[in-house]
Amino acid sequence: MPEKFDVIVVGAGLSGLSAAYTMVNKGLNVIVIERGDYPGAKNVMGGVLYRQPTSEVFPEFWKEAPVERPVIEQDMWLLSDASAVKAGHRSEAWAREPYNAFTVLRGKFDAWLGQKVADAGALIVPGTTVVDLLRDGRGRVIGVRTNRPDGDLLANIVILADGAVSLLSEKIELHTRWKPNQLALAVKEILAPPGKSDERAKIIEERFGLAPGEGLTIEMYGALTKGMVGTAFLYTNKDTLSFGVGALLSDYAEFKQNPHALLQIAKQHPALAPLFAGCEVREYAAHLIPEGGYDAIPPLFADGVMVVGDAAQLCNGLHREGSNLAVTSGKLAGETAIEAHNKGDFFGKTLSAYAAKLNDTFVIKDLRKYRRASQHMEKNRQFFTSYPAMLNNMATEFFTVDSVPKREKQWKIFKMAGNKLKIAADLWGLFKVVK
Amino acid sequence: MHVVVCVKQVPDTTQVRVDPVTNTLIREGIPTVVNPFDYYALECALSIKARFGATVTLISMGPPDAVKSLKKCLAYGADRAVLLTDRAFAGSDTWATSYALSAAVRRLSQDEPVDIVICGKQTIDGDTAQTGPGIARHLGWQQVTYSTGVEHVDPDARTITAERKLERGKEIVRTTLPVVVTVVEDAPEIRYASLPGIITSLRYTPETWSVQQVDVELANLGLKGSPTKVKRIFAPPQRSGGEVVSVEKAGLVDAVKSAVDVLHTQGVL
Amino acid sequence: MPKTTDDSIKDFRGVWVYVEHADGKATGVSWELLTPGRHMADALGVELGVMIVGDSGSRLATEAFAYGADIAYIIDGPVFSHYRTEPHMRAVVHLINKYQPEIFLLGATVTGRDLASAIAIEVDTGLTADCTQLGVDVEKRLFEMTRPAFGGNIMATILCEQHRPQMATVRPRVMPMPARQPGRLGRIVREELELKEADIATKILKFFPTESEGVNIAEADIIVTAGRGVGSAENLRMIEELAQATGGVVGASRAVVDLGWISYAHQVGQTGKTVRPRLYIAVGVSGAIQHLVGMQNADTIIAINNDPEAPIFSVASVGIVGDLFEVVPELTRQIKAAREQAAANV
Repeated sequence: MPEKFDVIVVGAGLSGLSAAYTMVNKGLNVIVIERGDYPGAKNVMGGVLYRQPTSEVFPEFWKEAPVERPVIEQDMWLLSDASAVKAGHRSEAWAREPYNAFTVLRGKFDAWLGQKVADAGALIVPGTTVVDLLRDGRGRVIGVRTNRPDGDLLANIVILADGAVSLLSEKIELHTRWKPNQLALAVKEILAPPGKSDERAKIIEERFGLAPGEGLTIEMYGALTKGMVGTAFLYTNKDTLSFGVGALLSDYAEFKQNPHALLQIAKQHPALAPLFAGCEVREYAAHLIPEGGYDAIPPLFADGVMVVGDAAQLCNGLHREGSNLAVTSGKLAGETAIEAHNKGDFFGKTLSAYAAKLNDTFVIKDLRKYRRASQHMEKNRQFFTSYPAMLNNMATEFFTVDSVPKREKQWKIFKMAGNKLKIAADLWGLFKVVK
Repeated sequence: MHVVVCVKQVPDTTQVRVDPVTNTLIREGIPTVVNPFDYYALECALSIKARFGATVTLISMGPPDAVKSLKKCLAYGADRAVLLTDRAFAGSDTWATSYALSAAVRRLSQDEPVDIVICGKQTIDGDTAQTGPGIARHLGWQQVTYSTGVEHVDPDARTITAERKLERGKEIVRTTLPVVVTVVEDAPEIRYASLPGIITSLRYTPETWSVQQVDVELANLGLKGSPTKVKRIFAPPQRSGGEVVSVEKAGLVDAVKSAVDVLHTQGVL
Repeated sequence: MPKTTDDSIKDFRGVWVYVEHADGKATGVSWELLTPGRHMADALGVELGVMIVGDSGSRLATEAFAYGADIAYIIDGPVFSHYRTEPHMRAVVHLINKYQPEIFLLGATVTGRDLASAIAIEVDTGLTADCTQLGVDVEKRLFEMTRPAFGGNIMATILCEQHRPQMATVRPRVMPMPARQPGRLGRIVREELELKEADIATKILKFFPTESEGVNIAEADIIVTAGRGVGSAENLRMIEELAQATGGVVGASRAVVDLGWISYAHQVGQTGKTVRPRLYIAVGVSGAIQHLVGMQNADTIIAINNDPEAPIFSVASVGIVGDLFEVVPELTRQIKAAREQAAANV
């Protein structure tokens, strides 16, 4: 007879560990099953972790956790082939407690988080893949089947935190397979400047104009994605840089782009190349990101099961938010499981509280607000192609001192914009999507 | 029957480097792993357990952090795990290490007499292949080194039959219990751990023994108990490279010719 | 407890080498060890001894004298016909206790390591495995044993100050063979050891010789080694042709063996064989440290790789950066031509 737990969590990422931590702290018997050799082993995200939502589950985590740098500056660049228009915001308030966000390397961070959750009393089984869900005669989820010998386990509740592809929620028909335009593929390198750790940190601070220990993020739109709906991103870690490009999975095929080549070409962009001078590639990774938005969110629960994080497509591509949605959904699913445990009722009706709670949070509110954003971008590729190029041309004209009288220059720039009605319409369309 | 497997937690040597200036090991961020040869030893023990019935106990000597490796190994189906950890053990060479481990085996024998100790043929950090035989000599037991597997154990006749891998071939030897066996990488690979095995290991806390728990003379341990001392360490001398020619620049025929010329001048052809 | 004391250390004199043999033939490393052994014995002003367990006709002793030994200590008897730890250990321990050498060398072979490990504990002394450099501090009469550690990433020089003999094993092909001087004479000392078959626990039930694959890279003069860059098992044909043209044998990196393209017998490197050929041609081998430690004692090294940054170039006498599928056939052609010309000139 397989062992029975109160809750089985599938996947030791942020959402799964948040759920597990919430539950073990209330005395539930929780087991987490992780495919990688340790939590974080399969996680390639090098990105931004937001302080507030994360500390709701892990109070003051930054005091012990291996975070890289607090983000004190967030920049956005619009790139043409050889130039860039830059905008951004920097605040020294973000360099102090309570902080706004940190850059993290999730491989390291999740390993730490996993240990914290294990210390709190959850069993974390690494190197094990859940291949199927066990269901009773009425279709209720009652456990999992792993790829190990004697690999079945039973539980009152299974929480699926198995990531963007979530084959398990597909297996119980919570959703059909995601379409290629509901997922983005990001490829990323960890780049290390030359020297020892402290020398590397110094180089990074000099190149990016940062005080010791401070970090920044840059989001880039335009030429780097070669017409695809996507972005490039650069984050400063302690002694390395995370740089990557991502685009809709469907676009790679349509635009015949190879993600690895795309990344290599992006690194050569004249606005970026000096930042990477002398850097060696430490790691290369590819990762799927849910981009389906609100309309792709599957049913979040069924009898005996809840879905959290990326597995539930809880990702806000427009604002580069995912980790916060993961933590919050994990926490709410955990709280719902505790209530169900106290009632002794694990049917969908009880678990529906999870979806109701999530509806009341920023998670669903934001995703509902931006429900048409992704499709809108897909249909309006000029935001990724002609507009960044146009803005760069205008800026070049504006900043070039060439004895042309300013009035003439302004007229020239005005003409560059082409069809003003079209631009006005596009801006209105964009406003409607994000309003 | 009682089988003891020796396990060592080692730095992943593929990632160890020497600082060319200070001549010290760069330990920054070097992950530790279970010595890969020890998995063959563990599988050998588990196979004896499955075929002939046995209690399998893991022992290791190292820092407190080595419980991690013992827990990992326990998941495959061992019954008990003990870590010898004490500052007094630090700096031991193979003489002192095998002395300490033999004392642990003696201590384990008080609970259930140990019949077989199994080690990997060597560790990847020390590469000496001396600790296994050292344990045998300290205990006064038989030794079967470089084994590809134990064919048979006869607990009544107190004998073991095992295959050994030599440069010239393979031999089958039979000897008497108790015995120390060291296992090579031609032996069967470690099985896939079962889920209940992993869960058991996660809940298990290995015993930790200090010098108090084993009957040892402190003078025989650590640096002062080690006959050999490291005088200095240094980066391996790099043979300086000679000329490198590029086909792209010199053209295929000339590039190859420069190599053939060297063979001529050195009289190799 | 170690029983050698400061005082008794002085009584230990002489450098010894253990002669490992099977089927009447000594292993190459046994004679190789006479090279550093001779050197150290001369430096210390002592005799160079060999220890031979099971040499009924003194044939091995005669051979040892030709390679530079001064004395052969022999223990013989029927129990020594095949190597087993216990009887051989007893024989060697008997000789050490009686004649007290200060330095004792063995080959780092399966047998050498098995035996040396047991002896070191039995006579309470230190043992350093797999040395690649041996030196001696004449004034302090200290043996300086240098060996790779941590997978070849560092070298360590090790001393055994308070115990005797100072013992080391040395991998085959690391030390050069000494010059053979036929007719050179030495002294034979025979010892008896009371040891009956019934007293020995270990019995050899069967022996299966390795099926000869026609390759012995450890002894080869010329080796052409294929690395992962060769691409497939089929492409090894090209490597074989080059080996044939040079009169050498085919070696392989660990990756190539792990991929199953060729058998383990061909593997060069830390987990394979250490080689010391006159010519080593590395084709598509990147040159991981584990590979370099196994081949960097070759007299001449040619490296062919398309990556100019490949570490193999740092040890190569001459490196060719280029597509190996072009370079190897061209090299084969030029070597064949050079050989034919040399033959024509004779």
